[in-house]
Amino acid sequence: MAQTHVVATGVEARVASGIPTGKMGVWWFLASEIVLFGGLIGSFVMSRVGSGGWSEMAAHLSVPLGTFNTFVLLTSSLTMVLAFAAAEKGDQKGMRTWLLLTVLLGLAFLIIKGFEWGSEIGAGFTPMAGSFWSFYYTMTGLHALHVLGGVVVNSILFLSALMGLLRGREHRVELAGLYWHFVDIVWIFLFPLLYLSWTKGGI
Amino acid sequence: MSARVEVEERVSFFRTYVFSIDHKMIAKQYLAIGLFWAVVGGLLAYLLRWQLAYPDTEAPGWGFIGPEFYNMLVTMHGTIMVFFVAMPILLGAFGNFLIPLMVGARDMAFPRLNMLSVWTLALSSLVLLISFFVPGGAASAGWTGYPPLSAKPIYTGVNWGLNLWILALALEFASFLMSGINFLTTPINLRAPGMSMFRLPLLVWMQMTAAILFMLSVGPLIAGAIMLLLDRVAGASFYLPQGGGDPLLWQHLFWFFGHPEVYVIFLPGLGIVLEIFPVFSRKPIFGYRPIIYSTIAAGILSFTVWAHHQFISGMDPRLAMPFSVTTILISVPFALMVFAMIATLWGGSISFPTPMLFALGTLAVFLIGGLTGIFNGSAPVDIYIHSTYFVVAHFHYTLFSALFFAGFAGLYFWFPKMFGRMMNEALGKLHFWLTFLLFNAVFIPMFLLGAGGMMRRIANPMQYEFLRPLQPLNTFATIATILLLLAQLPFVVNFFWSLFAGKVAERNPWQANTLEWSAPSPPPHGNFDTVPVVYRGPYEYSHPSVSEEWLPQDRPTMPTATA
Amino acid sequence: MFRWLPEMVSTYGGDIDAMMYLIYYIVGAWFLLTCGAMLLFLILYRRREGRRATYIEGNSLREAAWILVPCLIVLVLDLWIDLRGGEVWAKVKRHAPPSDHRVQVTGKQFNWEILYPGPDGQFGTGDDLQLDNELHVPVNKVVWVVLKSKDVIHSFFLPHLRLKQDAVPGRAIEAWFKATKPGRYEIPCAELCGFGHSGMNGFLIVHPADEYERWVKEHWPSS
Ligand SMILES: [Cu+2]
Ligand SMILES: [Cu+2]
Repeated sequence: MAQTHVVATGVEARVASGIPTGKMGVWWFLASEIVLFGGLIGSFVMSRVGSGGWSEMAAHLSVPLGTFNTFVLLTSSLTMVLAFAAAEKGDQKGMRTWLLLTVLLGLAFLIIKGFEWGSEIGAGFTPMAGSFWSFYYTMTGLHALHVLGGVVVNSILFLSALMGLLRGREHRVELAGLYWHFVDIVWIFLFPLLYLSWTKGGI
Repeated sequence: MSARVEVEERVSFFRTYVFSIDHKMIAKQYLAIGLFWAVVGGLLAYLLRWQLAYPDTEAPGWGFIGPEFYNMLVTMHGTIMVFFVAMPILLGAFGNFLIPLMVGARDMAFPRLNMLSVWTLALSSLVLLISFFVPGGAASAGWTGYPPLSAKPIYTGVNWGLNLWILALALEFASFLMSGINFLTTPINLRAPGMSMFRLPLLVWMQMTAAILFMLSVGPLIAGAIMLLLDRVAGASFYLPQGGGDPLLWQHLFWFFGHPEVYVIFLPGLGIVLEIFPVFSRKPIFGYRPIIYSTIAAGILSFTVWAHHQFISGMDPRLAMPFSVTTILISVPFALMVFAMIATLWGGSISFPTPMLFALGTLAVFLIGGLTGIFNGSAPVDIYIHSTYFVVAHFHYTLFSALFFAGFAGLYFWFPKMFGRMMNEALGKLHFWLTFLLFNAVFIPMFLLGAGGMMRRIANPMQYEFLRPLQPLNTFATIATILLLLAQLPFVVNFFWSLFAGKVAERNPWQANTLEWSAPSPPPHGNFDTVPVVYRGPYEYSHPSVSEEWLPQDRPTMPTATA
Repeated sequence: MFRWLPEMVSTYGGDIDAMMYLIYYIVGAWFLLTCGAMLLFLILYRRREGRRATYIEGNSLREAAWILVPCLIVLVLDLWIDLRGGEVWAKVKRHAPPSDHRVQVTGKQFNWEILYPGPDGQFGTGDDLQLDNELHVPVNKVVWVVLKSKDVIHSFFLPHLRLKQDAVPGRAIEAWFKATKPGRYEIPCAELCGFGHSGMNGFLIVHPADEYERWVKEHWPSS
């Protein structure tokens, strides 16, 4: 039952709104991601205000490691910007270098985070240890999955750049960058909420 | 203009029918998935109605039901109808088929993403199907899945069934998030030349609003579903008070999504009706722009009403009235749409083929659904009717109108475009009248049962003294349900018979204006012979400057076209 | 529709019923008007040879007024329903009278455990009495119910008193009623709570004053 018909190939060039189609797709995707993390953060705040005693738990997180990791992720955002800047200038080598650095920084973030989880679980603070820990592991875990997704995407971009497949498709670096900055911004919210918001005797 | 390379290519069977990236084939796949689940959902309805009318007797064709199985029936009936019938048909099938055609595009903005969405839904369907057969059976904590009942296997006796239920829903959400990206990007970016936003058919506006509502409301529930799964399998305590969690958190997350979700289903149904009314009234839709503005207003309001599902949940009673006010206010934009549809009929030249009958049926049925919503929305009245059959009847009047009346209207209307053949009118009219009468025969008794205080989700009303005198109403509703299900046979016959032997359809059998009618029936991959140029809005019927009663959007005749 | 309502035997039940009547008449009138207009137009403007539809877009304010004015009326009626609803809600939920009797009702799969504080009026003392599914109260007295749950969410429903309130684990939620007629009324659970949900049912026994005295004497002979 095979058919013969006209198949459209190539990208439809028409862009009625002026915003490139790929970019708009990514923006809509990020909009839905914002409400996903928004819902999680909102639930966290509601539950925390509603129950109390979480401050004590939050004090067990390692602020130095968290701060360092924040720094790592922020730097990776910078290298991503530089990768796109290089791509726009047509500097393929620069683009590859900065992409590789972004990937490595993302991996560094995950390794440090993994180490933190290990030591917390070692100290007995498993996801079963109460609501705070349930939230902590879910929020950082979901975020880490997003970081992992970003690392995979950036690695694919890096590898296709190595093979010269990215020539003429440099805008993909920009799209991946949008996502990577989003992942970074989510962490900017999670870090103070989880690590820094504890006082002696606070909720 | 578009720089396109067209290649003559032999496309394999798999690429045409299975892993297709053509939005029209994808739409048909959605339709197939939706219709499959509609059959399953209908059978579940038969069984649960049987149990209610003749408790603890053997249902013909099945056997003994009983309370545990009954809980599974209501849970899966709700889940299937909302997520696996309504969304695949109204958004998946109609949205996918019509959006690119109506905006004058050759396909969706991201055809591969589109294919991924339908296959994610197929996977989700498979997971849901498997969940029926795992030990312990499928989910039975209600389609709303309230914890703690849903958060610990011991409370329901269902372990993997409910885990898979969560997984299936998560996949379904992912599928429609991907669709949403296409549904929004395509009309914004791939509109044909001349197609300004305010020349888009209302159906496209409705689909876009639905997509935005879905994408902006489902995130918190996805987060909530992850938490629920972790409570179940990892011993977390988001919803369990023993570990410091709060059961009400889920209700907030669920209904923050749940109420917009009602409009995610309803608006595309309304969009279908709004397309059909002008065609068979031979008149422009009355108040095109006011309808768009009130759709947007209703969409925004729908994010502010969720706690009307929680008036008696134990939340702060001071919160009830604000939510009650916003809920009742939402009747204003919908009233405007209803009035606009009736005003469209005024001074028209109205004919009554099957699609128009179903469209009118949608309006009548929705009117009752919307008006009875005021009872539920009023906080003090809700104290009494919450969780009764009044609510069940109410939401069936709204959702059945959108899903089945509007859905059938759309199928009869666009069948010639989808499959290139006309459906049979006599069978169609028979189908309409039977469905319309029997639908009311099923659900009007439920309003009365609700007034009598009959609770939802009880397997045996005879266990309650105050409900025993109401039992004849239950029996009546059950018999009507069985007849309503049988009344779908004319449709099934008509559908398959017309598919192969129906009268071959021309391009524009209904003499309608929107762009899909300028494409061949059925349109080939790529849709249009040449990309159409749009000169006017979608509803220029009986325009004084032309002798015909219709004036397609892409016909370059009228001097006022450049306005 | 209202002849199906169960007999009403509480002080605020009448207000809730009146609210239902109010909405019923308003939406009933709207339904008749709207459906009437629709049917009228369908008949008047059915397709006939030689007649062409009138071209009206309804986008100008003058034309759109035909739908905007009815919408305004809908808005006014909505606000009326809201205002009346607010009053009734406040009466039931916000301005509850002080209690004459207190009981604690704990939902569990699939029973109502009803705890009476005994003559000292204090829970957790030696004279507490627990009965399953039997709530005894005197007529015309304000009874406060503290609702708890041991496992999942249940919903304490007294159809004849127009009272419904969820019992949520981890919370103690208060509800009140004043029964106006002696008798035996059912207390079904109105929230799906597991396989035994259907049939989870208790009884409210409203005693006349003297009979209630006797019931108390029977269970707390020492007092
Ligand atoms: Cu709602
Ligand atoms: Cu219960």
